Amino acid sequence: MSVYNSNRGGVIQIIIGVIFILIVGQLISLQIISNKYKLAADNNAIYRKIIYPDRGIIYDRKKRALLENSISYDLVVIPNETKGVDTAMLCSILNIDKEEYKKRIIEAIIKNTRVKAGVFEPFLSPELFAQLNENLYRFPGFSLSERSIRSYPYNTAAHVLGYVAEVDVKFLKKNAAEGYEMGDYAGMTGLEKQYEPILMGQRGVKRFLRDNKGKIQGVYEKGEYDTSAVAGRNLFTSVDVEVQQLAEKVLQHKVGSVVALNPKTGGIIAMASSPGYNPNLLTGSQRRKTIGRLLMDTARPIYNRAIKGQYPPGSTFKPLGALIALDEGLITPSFGYNCFGLYTACGNARKCEHHNPGHAGNLQLALANSCNSYFLQVFRLAIDNPKYGNAKQGYLKWKEYMNGFGFGRKLGIDLPSENKANIPDTASYNRDFGGARYWNSCYMLTLGIGQDRMTATPLQLANSMAYIANEGFFYTPHFVDSIENENEEDKNLLAEFRKKQVVTKIPKAYFDAIKEGMHDVTVYGTAAFIKIPGIEYCAKTGTAQNPHGKNHSIFVCFAPKDNPTIAVAVIVENAGYGSVWAGPIGGLVMEKYLNDTLTAESQLKADNLSKVDLMPQGIKDWYIRHNRTELMTPIEYNNDELGDVWEMEVVSSEMTPKLIQADTVKKDSVKLDTSKKTKAPIPALPKKVGKETMLPNQEKKKKVLK
Amino acid sequence: MATIDNKNNFSKGTDLAVIILYFLMVTIGILCIFMVEYNPNTNWSSSLVTAKNNYSKQIYFALFCSLVGIFILLTDSKVFTAFANIFYAGGILLMLATFIIGKEINGSKSWIPIAGGFNLQAAELCKIFTALALAKFISKPETDFTKIKNHLIAGIMIALPAVLSVMQHEMGLALVYSAFIFAMYREGLPPVILIVLVSFAILVIATLLLPPGILAIILTAIAGLFILSMIKRFKKNKQTILVVIGIWAICFGTVRFAVPYIFNNVFECYQTTRIYSMVGKEYDCSKNIKSATKTGTAKVRKPDDYNVKQSKIAIGSGGFWGRGFLKGTQTRGKYVPEQHTDFIFTSLGEAFGFVGTFTFLGLYLFFLFRLVRIAERQRSTFSRVYAYSVIGIFFFHIAVNISMTIGLFPVVGIPLPLISYGGSSLLTFTVLVFILLRLDADRQMVIR
Repeated sequence: MSVYNSNRGGVIQIIIGVIFILIVGQLISLQIISNKYKLAADNNAIYRKIIYPDRGIIYDRKKRALLENSISYDLVVIPNETKGVDTAMLCSILNIDKEEYKKRIIEAIIKNTRVKAGVFEPFLSPELFAQLNENLYRFPGFSLSERSIRSYPYNTAAHVLGYVAEVDVKFLKKNAAEGYEMGDYAGMTGLEKQYEPILMGQRGVKRFLRDNKGKIQGVYEKGEYDTSAVAGRNLFTSVDVEVQQLAEKVLQHKVGSVVALNPKTGGIIAMASSPGYNPNLLTGSQRRKTIGRLLMDTARPIYNRAIKGQYPPGSTFKPLGALIALDEGLITPSFGYNCFGLYTACGNARKCEHHNPGHAGNLQLALANSCNSYFLQVFRLAIDNPKYGNAKQGYLKWKEYMNGFGFGRKLGIDLPSENKANIPDTASYNRDFGGARYWNSCYMLTLGIGQDRMTATPLQLANSMAYIANEGFFYTPHFVDSIENENEEDKNLLAEFRKKQVVTKIPKAYFDAIKEGMHDVTVYGTAAFIKIPGIEYCAKTGTAQNPHGKNHSIFVCFAPKDNPTIAVAVIVENAGYGSVWAGPIGGLVMEKYLNDTLTAESQLKADNLSKVDLMPQGIKDWYIRHNRTELMTPIEYNNDELGDVWEMEVVSSEMTPKLIQADTVKKDSVKLDTSKKTKAPIPALPKKVGKETMLPNQEKKKKVLK
Repeated sequence: MATIDNKNNFSKGTDLAVIILYFLMVTIGILCIFMVEYNPNTNWSSSLVTAKNNYSKQIYFALFCSLVGIFILLTDSKVFTAFANIFYAGGILLMLATFIIGKEINGSKSWIPIAGGFNLQAAELCKIFTALALAKFISKPETDFTKIKNHLIAGIMIALPAVLSVMQHEMGLALVYSAFIFAMYREGLPPVILIVLVSFAILVIATLLLPPGILAIILTAIAGLFILSMIKRFKKNKQTILVVIGIWAICFGTVRFAVPYIFNNVFECYQTTRIYSMVGKEYDCSKNIKSATKTGTAKVRKPDDYNVKQSKIAIGSGGFWGRGFLKGTQTRGKYVPEQHTDFIFTSLGEAFGFVGTFTFLGLYLFFLFRLVRIAERQRSTFSRVYAYSVIGIFFFHIAVNISMTIGLFPVVGIPLPLISYGGSSLLTFTVLVFILLRLDADRQMVIR
């Protein structure tokens, strides 16, 4: 027995203990302190598949779908699994070269890493889909992935509906909290953007276990952490698709806008902006071809003039000017002005269209005859109101009224990027006239007839008609009446649209005078030749001078005269008299809405009107200069493009009724096209617009492009 | 477990704690292998019978090993002393025979095919025989283990199977033979040797971690400080200065020449790469002589630190409480290569987290300390030397295996005792433990 070394057993135990402590230390660092291994593990083994819910559908007031979802296919690729791909064949099918192939693979790797599926070629055409599907076994790593895209069975309301597009880095940064990922689609404009969270629904996530080769092993944790996709909810709007189509049709070959809304609800019935585009051109594979061209177009087809265009309201402002004076007690409906065809009270004589004595004997007469002198006088009364001491205070009061009516501020429509147009601030006058003390009502006299620095959007004009129609209040104009399965949050969202906006407490009698005056406009005034079968209506025409050339043709109206259910504003840029171009358009829109159909006579009128070319010469010159004469036919009724879209739609048999609809439009456009091609550019061109007048427009365009 | 119940009948004085720990470990091992192999889509009870899966095979191995254990407990302990040298000679012959009749598995020609598709690794068994032979040699009355001559004889006995293992490309098994240093130390090997070995290890690691220039400066500085601080003593004895300078020269030579030489000329490229990857560095294989001669045959393979990376991810992802039995995603996804054998610890770490690994290490520690206690209560040198050999082998396996899975040690292919899948390894450890139990049961009787 060797006892002398027995303490060495202890040493050995210590050595063992120390090594174990080292191991435990490393385990603490791996398992407790560092969490990067947990992340790495999840990254390794859990494959998150996002389940995209169907996007909500947008319906018109009669539950017709303005847009729908249809299926398109993408060719997707998992770069890591592409060994043995018959690249030559794939390239020949897709009509690309090897360089392009490599480039796209690298792009896919950058976007979605090597092991995740990334899009190689989006939105396959039916032929491509068939070809690829047949040969897919030759392309390991490639697969066809279904994707839902928007389609627009009525080819209409592009500006209102907006479009969905792939999110970009900027969008992701801005909406970081919403969980979008590269490659997702989101509403970029219009209602699609405004109601994105509702339309999108809730994306679901399925978690799968994947092994070291990337193969799916099964559901992770029996789906305990999965979330199911919640379909996007549908929107029910106040749009009437037929009225909308009519409005777009009659605005063809013109620059302008139509807004029609229901004064009783504020719900917008139609909103058209011309030139426009067919919304189907911005979905699927069409998009890539079209978007650049639309953005480049000097006529700005993507620009929604109805909420962004700023126009001097001209004579259509007169009823409002009178209302201010009435409310302030400065005039009564029986107030008259002795006009002999000129307004000279401010020095420079302002012309009036009429000079027979008594044409402005009272408010009703003055409105019916659109007497400039009368309303200039009324405006001056309001500004120089002794109640407020000086012109500046008077002006501020006047401006307050205007803002109340919805001018010079955003109305709060449920569309993004509404413009507030302009009711000038006193500051701008102070600056230009050398201080507050140096100006009075004469300096901005023509504000009284809707000129000077005042501008309004067509939406604001239509809203002002709703205000008069309702005799003292309006509802914030909006598209969405209700949301499917409305919850508290949605109610809050829509509450603003269901709230009466009361502006003044003007007695009904005063409104009656205004309405009678506007009615007289349609009986013997400037709109006398525009009739709606069986319906009395009120209107006001406007011919607004503007720095861009010929006068804008403006028309505002509401109908029926008693118990109005539609208020309309129409603007045709640089077209001339309000009664000649904008008026008939307004009449047709009201007729279509109120009678649900057009008489044969009206139909013919609409057809003819739609063929009239009032495009400003500057835009035509631009098209010629840029070798784009094909754009002189507004894009939305360009046959060849639509042909593709329809073919896509034929895939689904459900679409038969819509096909009929589409067909009729197609025929129309065929007719139109032939007429355009055979005949020389439509007769009666407006008087030549100097190029220099168009230049500012183009410059703006360029800025937008930058 | 029939063996436990019956053991009092045929074996008095057998250490019950070790037996319980042994079966606990084997059971944990089978469950771990089950976790690795588990596939929710197949019926595990039916595959248990058909023995197609590794865990079911392991169950049969365990049953067989239990029988072997009983058999050992039933033998006379004198057999082991009597036949120790013959066993050893037989083991060496077997290893030599492997070169002729051996079968190549996973790149090492160290397996001898036996009936039923099973293969035996001679080097594994040789560990037992070496332990017995070493015990026999040291316990001989004429052996004075304070003498260097006897240290050398013992060293050769240990080195012989180790060298044969290296020749069979079983680096890990060869390294295990260094575990006999425990037994030798206990029996009188001067601690200086241990210190020198540790210093050498530190020096090698430092060579890896630090740029050669800085290391040389540090070494010189240490030597300089040493001389300065002891300057008075050196005046009396000038030889010591020479010793210090000599040590400095050896250290410097190691750093500058020996270590690079070993890495570039002795080790295979993959071995050097593994060592480098442990300290987070890359090794340029073009410097390696062996790989240079083999260029062109190099296969495309996953990077060498892939195993360790995945192993660390699996263990780390277990967190504090673990993911739960059969719920480990890395295990299910088979991300860790060789998980049922050398990397079995990862499945445990992932499923049961730090709580599991800590408890598991506690079991091992208790087991080792128990063996130390058993070793110290032996009255016979033979039993004690053998016991410390067993402790050394177990400890070496445990420490190296776990360290490599958590990135503390380069990847060496050695199994985790009683846990890893594999009949040879389980049999070896079973025999090691049960011979010790047999010897311990007879501790009152002095064998030599």
